[in-house]
Amino acid sequence: MQSMTELESWDWETKERLVADINGWRSKFPVIHECVASNDGEKISAPVRTEDGRFTACVNGESWENTFEKLWSLRFGPDDRLTCLVREDDQWTVAVDDETWGEGFEYAWNIQFTPDGKSIAVNVKGENGYGIALNNRTWENGFAEARDFAISPNGEFTAAGVQTKRLGEGDIFGFAEGIWTVAVNGKPWGKNFLNVWGIAFSSDSSKVAAEVRVGEYEYAIAVNGTPWNKIFKCVWEPIFYPQGDDVLAPVQVDEGWTLAKNGELIWDRKFVQAWHQKFSPDGQRIAAVVAPEFGKWTIAVDGSSWNRTFRDAVLPPVFSPDSKRVAAIVKENNRWTVAVEGSPWVEGFDMIWDPVFSPSGDRVAAKAEKEGKFYIVLDGKIGKQEFEALWSPIFSPDGKKLLVRSIEDGKYYRRVIPVEEI
Amino acid sequence: MAEPAKEIVVDPGLDETIKKLTPKKIEDTINRALTKGAAARLKVYMQTCVHCGLCAEACHFYLSHDKDPRFSPVGKVKQTLWEIIKRKGRVDGEFIKNCSRIAHTECNVCRRCSMYCPFGIDMAYLLLLVRRICALLGVVPQYLQDTVNSHAVTMNQMWVKQDEWIDTLQWQEEDAQDEVKNARIPLDKEGAEIMYSVIGPEPKFLAQLLGNIAIIMTVAGMDWTMPSFDGWDNSNMPMYSGDFETMARVERKHFEAAFKLKAKKIVMGECGHAFRGAVYDGPKWLAWKEPPVPVIHAVQFYYELIRDGKIRIARKFEQPVTIQEPCNIVRGRGLGDMLRYIMRATCEDFRDVSPRYEHNYCCCAGGGVINCGPPWKKSRVEGNKVKAEQLKATGAEVVVTPCHNCHSGIEDIVNYYKLGMHVKFFSEILVDVMEVPEDLKV
Ligand code: SF4
Ligand code: SF4
Repeated sequence: MQSMTELESWDWETKERLVADINGWRSKFPVIHECVASNDGEKISAPVRTEDGRFTACVNGESWENTFEKLWSLRFGPDDRLTCLVREDDQWTVAVDDETWGEGFEYAWNIQFTPDGKSIAVNVKGENGYGIALNNRTWENGFAEARDFAISPNGEFTAAGVQTKRLGEGDIFGFAEGIWTVAVNGKPWGKNFLNVWGIAFSSDSSKVAAEVRVGEYEYAIAVNGTPWNKIFKCVWEPIFYPQGDDVLAPVQVDEGWTLAKNGELIWDRKFVQAWHQKFSPDGQRIAAVVAPEFGKWTIAVDGSSWNRTFRDAVLPPVFSPDSKRVAAIVKENNRWTVAVEGSPWVEGFDMIWDPVFSPSGDRVAAKAEKEGKFYIVLDGKIGKQEFEALWSPIFSPDGKKLLVRSIEDGKYYRRVIPVEEI
Repeated sequence: MAEPAKEIVVDPGLDETIKKLTPKKIEDTINRALTKGAAARLKVYMQTCVHCGLCAEACHFYLSHDKDPRFSPVGKVKQTLWEIIKRKGRVDGEFIKNCSRIAHTECNVCRRCSMYCPFGIDMAYLLLLVRRICALLGVVPQYLQDTVNSHAVTMNQMWVKQDEWIDTLQWQEEDAQDEVKNARIPLDKEGAEIMYSVIGPEPKFLAQLLGNIAIIMTVAGMDWTMPSFDGWDNSNMPMYSGDFETMARVERKHFEAAFKLKAKKIVMGECGHAFRGAVYDGPKWLAWKEPPVPVIHAVQFYYELIRDGKIRIARKFEQPVTIQEPCNIVRGRGLGDMLRYIMRATCEDFRDVSPRYEHNYCCCAGGGVINCGPPWKKSRVEGNKVKAEQLKATGAEVVVTPCHNCHSGIEDIVNYYKLGMHVKFFSEILVDVMEVPEDLKV
């Protein structure tokens, strides 16, 4: 996510700029993989194969100086540094803006950034076993296995599910003793579990929560290694309250699913399903995806659900910056659209991307796809122009314009369009 | 309860786990499972069954064991669930162990029997309920439980680590490029039309199948992707052990991978139980009436590719070939005609089987039975003599099995009954016979 200051520093004046003619890249590179656009729209890049069979990143038509045996997972971080995974001499590492981390690994994968993009981390397998490398520094402790991870908001910690003991083939009894836990910067919690999943950091980066399986059919949330004193039939990913150390997670009780704060149920209502809970930016409201009845999906805010439900699916809720409104991707009869405050847009699409609120919260835009073409949809209305490729629109800080990053006829354009002209 | 018909099988997943059970734990767990967990369906079935035994003729275990009533569907339920209910859950560890043997290893939950019951009673559902009780008590065959543990940890069936998965796709992509120019396995391609998912044994033992799909997708010009992250495995053994919470977690990951990649549909490789998990049992537990992203089985996918001319056949496969029809996609979904279409389109000498379509016999490996591992292998292959006879009668030299469980199960049957046949996936035939356009030739 870009801060307001960052957004303000972007060019909101130039109406249109042809940044790169990707067609021209074809004469230079025999193979071009998927393009990625920078957040500010100034750059377009793709992994490319050179004539001599090596890989590099091409940015606005210029390739990096370094070439590699392999290069993938290319993306612009939140601060628009171009980041990817590269292999050279059978060693994998991270490359950022044409510079590789010093250290190489047997394998590296799953690039993650802090919200400001300043810290970058990856899962790694090295001489010591499995661990995490954060800003080119690897955990000192290696594990039999480490899967996924979370990075702390301040960029100082990473936490992953780790296997603390090796397990013989088919050793169900060894497994039942609990050989999994969470390690933070390589230091495992004092307590093991059957499984750990869904790791989250508190906003001050001091605490870590995770789903834990304390018995085969006993689930809880553990915070810094200590499970809640309440056991549930099942749980999903926890999140921290924006302020303090309280933790919120979906839990399953006999009557169905609901949300629990530190183990205590906070919503009276039970649902057939509940997950993807989110706090509003002001921290005062909670929204979650719920199924009030079997096969009927919607959003519940503070325990009461929208009247309108959707048959196929509802994706995680998005709050407006002023915390007052909620939007979500919804799907019915295999058509995707966006619902805002419970009202779906009339038009359905083959695919739709996360809704984006204007800074004041009164408008909602989204990238959508129909019959192979992409469009900007604003408050339910399909934009005039169709695109060959498109990235999600971004509102200007005053909410009056949209940054539109798109490809037409193989050419990548950066445009700033007043909302009423979409 | 009757003694097991064959020799006693040693399985620590049953023998050791029952030692920890107390009468109270058994009774409480059963009563909880039958009141809180079981649907009204159980009661209806209980009241409806007239013990006529018509379902018996449906079961390959019964037919393969000289019509021993203990192997009939109603016999299996009688020895387990009805006894449990009659005794109000007051049964001992030995009894639970026998329940697991019957429900986990002597029933494939193939649902053939429900077609023979005049009341349509779903005996497979009742035997799954028995499995659920056993699982809640921790009594599950060792190999099956180990697979379930793998699912819980890795979200895949074979303890495949995250780096191993990506690495395998990358070298399979390179291998495919030796066959077809610029063949790719596009990882994490957001907005692709298709997310292709497979089952754990593909990267673990049968990696060339991943290379094959790269070839097929490239030749057909498909817009597709595979996730580099968890959710790539569509298989689901916890669905069969009775650990429905883990089953649901695995299915959720699978669909959330498709959401994350913004894929319009999921095409899955040749596996039957995976289809059942992704289309029926998984979504249902999670509150989805239908899969939230359409799921297309490989048989339908290949049917559409051939029908629409996206893949052309250069020359047909010559050896006489027959099929094994996976219950979960033929009886469960009606893909029998599409399967015959693709067989005839690619093979010179297709020999159909009898009985066929929804009446075909199960491979006896499905329903988690093959995942119970080597200790139960003998009882599994002996439980399907009828399949061996059926395949032999076709005179075919090759059996195509568009399902991983069928594939391994039929291979065991072919070897045990010395049928002298080869077992193949359909994709192996397809890459062999399809036309590679000039511009893609290496
Ligand atoms: S194996 Fe199939 S036919 Fe036999 S009892 Fe089980 S579900 Fe019924
Ligand atoms: S399940 Fe149906 S066919 Fe089998 S014994 Fe009962 S009533 Fe008869």
